[in-house]
Amino acid sequence: MTTDLITRLEKIVGPRFVSGAAEERYLYSMDQGTMPPSEPDVVVMPANTEEVQQVVRLANELKVPIVPMGAGLVLSGLTRALRGGIILDMKRMNHIIEVNPQSRYAVIEGGAAQGMLKSYLKKHHPQLKHSMPDAPPIATLAGNICIHGSGHLSVLGGSHSDMLTGMEVVLPSGEIVRTGSCSVAGEWFGRSPLPDLSGLFLGWSGTTGIVTKLGIKLFPSYKHNDVLVFVAEDADQMPDMISKLTSTQVAEDMTPWMTPKPDWAKGFLHINIAYGAHTKKELTFKRNLLQASVKKYIDDKVAGFLPLPAPQKGRFLQIPSPDLVRFADLRKGGGFEYVGAIMAIEHFPQAYRAGLEIAEKYNVSYSLGARIIGAGHSMMFFFAYAFNRADAEDVKRASDALEATNTAALAMGGIPWKAEQPAQQQIIDQMDPETFALMGRIRSVLDPNGIMNPGNWEK
Amino acid sequence: MEHEDILHRCFRCGYCKLPGNYVDINCPAYLSFRFETYSPGGRMWLLRAWLDEKIPASKRFAEIMFSCATCGNCVEHCAFPEFRDRLLLAFTAGKEALLDAGQAPPAVRDYLTKVQLHGNPYGKSVKKSSQWMDGLEAEPFSDQEYLFFADDVGTYDPRGQEVARSVATLLKQAGISFGVITEALNSDGNDVKAIGETPLFEELAAKNIKILNQFNVKKIITLSPHSFNALKNDYPALGAQYQVFHYTQVLAFAMGNINFSSDNEDVTVAYHDPCYLGRHNTDYESARMMLRSVPGITLVEMDRNRKNALCCGGGGGNFFTDILSGGDGSSARVRVREAVEAGAQILAAACPMCAVMLEDAVKAENLDSKIQVQEVSEIVNQRL
Amino acid sequence: MNSIKFDPDVCVNCETIDCLMKCQYVSFKDVAEARDEKLKINDGKDSRVLEECLTCYACQEYCPVDNNPFFLLVERQEEKGFLPAPRPIIEEQLRMMAPKGRIAKETVSGPVVDMCAFPMLTGCVRGKLFEGASTIVGTDIFCNIMWLHFAKNSTIRERVPEMIDNIMSFYLADADTNELVCFHDECYGTYTSVADAYGINVPFKPIHQFDYYNQRLDVLKDKITPINAKIVYQRPCSNRLCPQTDPVLDEIFEKIGAERVPRKYDRANALCCGGVPRAHQRDELADELVDKNINDMLSVGATYCVFNCPFCMATLGQEVAEQGLMPILVSDLVQIALGD
Repeated sequence: MTTDLITRLEKIVGPRFVSGAAEERYLYSMDQGTMPPSEPDVVVMPANTEEVQQVVRLANELKVPIVPMGAGLVLSGLTRALRGGIILDMKRMNHIIEVNPQSRYAVIEGGAAQGMLKSYLKKHHPQLKHSMPDAPPIATLAGNICIHGSGHLSVLGGSHSDMLTGMEVVLPSGEIVRTGSCSVAGEWFGRSPLPDLSGLFLGWSGTTGIVTKLGIKLFPSYKHNDVLVFVAEDADQMPDMISKLTSTQVAEDMTPWMTPKPDWAKGFLHINIAYGAHTKKELTFKRNLLQASVKKYIDDKVAGFLPLPAPQKGRFLQIPSPDLVRFADLRKGGGFEYVGAIMAIEHFPQAYRAGLEIAEKYNVSYSLGARIIGAGHSMMFFFAYAFNRADAEDVKRASDALEATNTAALAMGGIPWKAEQPAQQQIIDQMDPETFALMGRIRSVLDPNGIMNPGNWEK
Repeated sequence: MEHEDILHRCFRCGYCKLPGNYVDINCPAYLSFRFETYSPGGRMWLLRAWLDEKIPASKRFAEIMFSCATCGNCVEHCAFPEFRDRLLLAFTAGKEALLDAGQAPPAVRDYLTKVQLHGNPYGKSVKKSSQWMDGLEAEPFSDQEYLFFADDVGTYDPRGQEVARSVATLLKQAGISFGVITEALNSDGNDVKAIGETPLFEELAAKNIKILNQFNVKKIITLSPHSFNALKNDYPALGAQYQVFHYTQVLAFAMGNINFSSDNEDVTVAYHDPCYLGRHNTDYESARMMLRSVPGITLVEMDRNRKNALCCGGGGGNFFTDILSGGDGSSARVRVREAVEAGAQILAAACPMCAVMLEDAVKAENLDSKIQVQEVSEIVNQRL
Repeated sequence: MNSIKFDPDVCVNCETIDCLMKCQYVSFKDVAEARDEKLKINDGKDSRVLEECLTCYACQEYCPVDNNPFFLLVERQEEKGFLPAPRPIIEEQLRMMAPKGRIAKETVSGPVVDMCAFPMLTGCVRGKLFEGASTIVGTDIFCNIMWLHFAKNSTIRERVPEMIDNIMSFYLADADTNELVCFHDECYGTYTSVADAYGINVPFKPIHQFDYYNQRLDVLKDKITPINAKIVYQRPCSNRLCPQTDPVLDEIFEKIGAERVPRKYDRANALCCGGVPRAHQRDELADELVDKNINDMLSVGATYCVFNCPFCMATLGQEVAEQGLMPILVSDLVQIALGD
């Protein structure tokens, strides 16, 4: 069976880009997080949509599972082959197809990396940028959008899935479909006014299709950029502070962070506020608006802006910041995973305290924080735990802490983002049964053979 | 295995796959094969798995390990400052462990056998080691300021010999006092060391040091950045005490001695940074200084330059073992396309291996009508 | 706890109240009003000056009889619980700059250069100017004078003796010198002016960087290649504690061929760089100070903007460079003249 599969896959994409070798099966069986490994039978790397389509048709014929994978950086094990089969590594499809500077969108292939688009725009369209997540630059745009990621323009533009303007998708049954304006007109300017079929592929963890192209919104890139770091001491005041800061509508990104390291930061609550402007005067004006919005707290001396000279701001303005992945080396063990719970802003104090309690209970190295989405419409509150992957007990501790965090997040009204398979079960248990039933009906229509990333979003 | 303490600390975040400006994939092996296993992070995790007996030593595993071109892009761009300097050392240690386990790919075995038997990977007799000097009128080394060290590529490879002659000619033009040794110098051993065969490297180096000391050599000009790296950074630990320069470093400050023809055509040149001169030894300017001093040359930069340069794919022994070859994703082919995209008519190389790799890539890409690969001294010599 | 060295009768009988009348940031309609406010401060009563003060140290220099008006003002701010900056801002900085115990005994030999808490500047100690020098650096020897900006005399009293003890026991006790060259003149101010006013014993001899450079330039006079350039100088608040060093700087500039072009905001009329007001959450005032300084610098046509204080340079350096002036520390300018 596997030999036949490999032979036929080789005919589709060429022998160089198919492997059923032990090395690939091992490495693709896991990601950087705590989920246990689960091996694929084969890894395949298609070069274009037609090859994806042929692979999907073959998988249907042979009833073999397919797991689409971008950079494999999800950390929550969503690209593991839970029931074996094919991992479809999309990274050969990394072309930037089109940039429309007037209507500010880009069309890219399903394996295009965040860093490459950033670099491309900087060179060819310096007046434009896209919203980069804090993931490393090799992370794919499609992967991040499909999991409802967020990033450095999320206060301005919401979740990255909100910035999606259309998709080309190979359905589990092999048809190629388009969603959004590109399904009618030539341009990829948006998802309205049509029935929004893009939702069939967002947040489904690769169980409903394989995204081969997508359109995303671009935003003005400013000549002048700045970051303010607001520091507070009382978590209960954070929701109002966030509300006031976002009410100015000038920030591009707002990321609260609460870490025990460095020592000086422990116990304080920080909010990084990034904003930009075409002129220095405009930048100052925006800064003044932000500062004025929280003047009450400054006057009360309970919060304020860290005085950072220009040279010290560089690291805060680096996008993406390698500082974030360095958290993985905190225990000199190359590992971290986090629960990112999407929740209402008012749960900030509760989430913060829960994070501290869980970290203490499970004795894990932690970093807490959030990314504000929209004008304070919601946030992705993250509870990150570092672990030493060479120490099984340490991995278990982090895993237990993550599970407890998922439980706590759900209890306070949050929803774990890009949830691990066990967390999906927790969400399903709390989900309106009719909603889950509808999900099942949709999947059975789209994927009659049940080949798409099976094991996810199932009871 | 040495450095195994860092293997599990790699997060596989992938910064190592890219240049600092994220333009495109910049790890030659990953660019060529595209599986995660061929990325630096993949190698780290696989080595750990092999040591933990989770995967067997296989032909593919050996291919993955020996496909590393030791270009140093991963070291330059790894996000973890506490251990990034040890990445290549860990890979070399892994290769050494595979060699010890008898798991070297055949091409690697052949390469090492030839070096072991003949002192060079071409399997050529040392009697032919002065062939490259034919028609050059190079002086035997006696009391000149510098020794010119042509290494194995410059000594035995036909294209390398052309490059060696060209460099020596320009050194003479610039009034540099140098001589050559026609005795049986061995390969510098740089790539032997990178491939993990440290004892052989030490043997080669010891023989070379003995000869160089017999001649009372104090200052050396190397043709190859690989030789430059070995002689400058590795030989001192074996007792060598020389001042070592790459030829561009000497010529960059001697260009004022050179008279150029007044009727040179204008030409656009892109310079390809060799890894062992650039990332490994942080000299990004000498060759550029040379090129800037040539009338009629407009220097353009490829998107990936200096510490972000894309390797030609010839390092780490791959020039001889060819494990990286094949496909339009080979880094040499990607590199020449990048040079064309940058508007260059000439792609300048400062390393004989790069020159050969890139010339082959131009042919494979059918770009002969658009771009020509030339070694830096050749570009200068043509304009005298 | 030692109280600030200060004589209230001096102020009662002072005719000019220069400490407040010359203040560039707090205004008074006449000497009488200034005297009222000064006496309120002296008596520990509420005064608007406690809140409006920019903490630029200038009144220390303006007082003609060295009656420590600024140190006393900070004392009163703290006594009355006045916070110049929000609590978390002060608290985080207190932690950042706290001694970490990351200090080890080290053999040093003269000249021993105290780099304060600026490890990134140790590269400045090089060449002929600092031939044979040892450097010491870190938060375990931090001069702690910055707490004058944050109403934290208590921290100065608590930490400065510990720092002095560290300097002695880890470095100078076994060294061949009892002199400490202060690269940052805030350190010099701490070990001279502050120590004197607060009654803190200093067992070593602090040497101001300018005195050191000036003396070295005499030794190295044959090596000097005059810079032949006009410069503007950003005099920092810390120099108010050692105004006698400003003429030494003039001598240095003369020796290296740098012309200190007169400008409005120099010498006794120096204007704050704007760094501290930002910590006080007074960014609009800070913007105004930056603009005034830079416009003033530009109006006189210089090549270099020379900084004494690394923090001033961090605050103003980028703006200065964007306007076409080259920001540079005094030591680096001297080294240019020495060819290093």
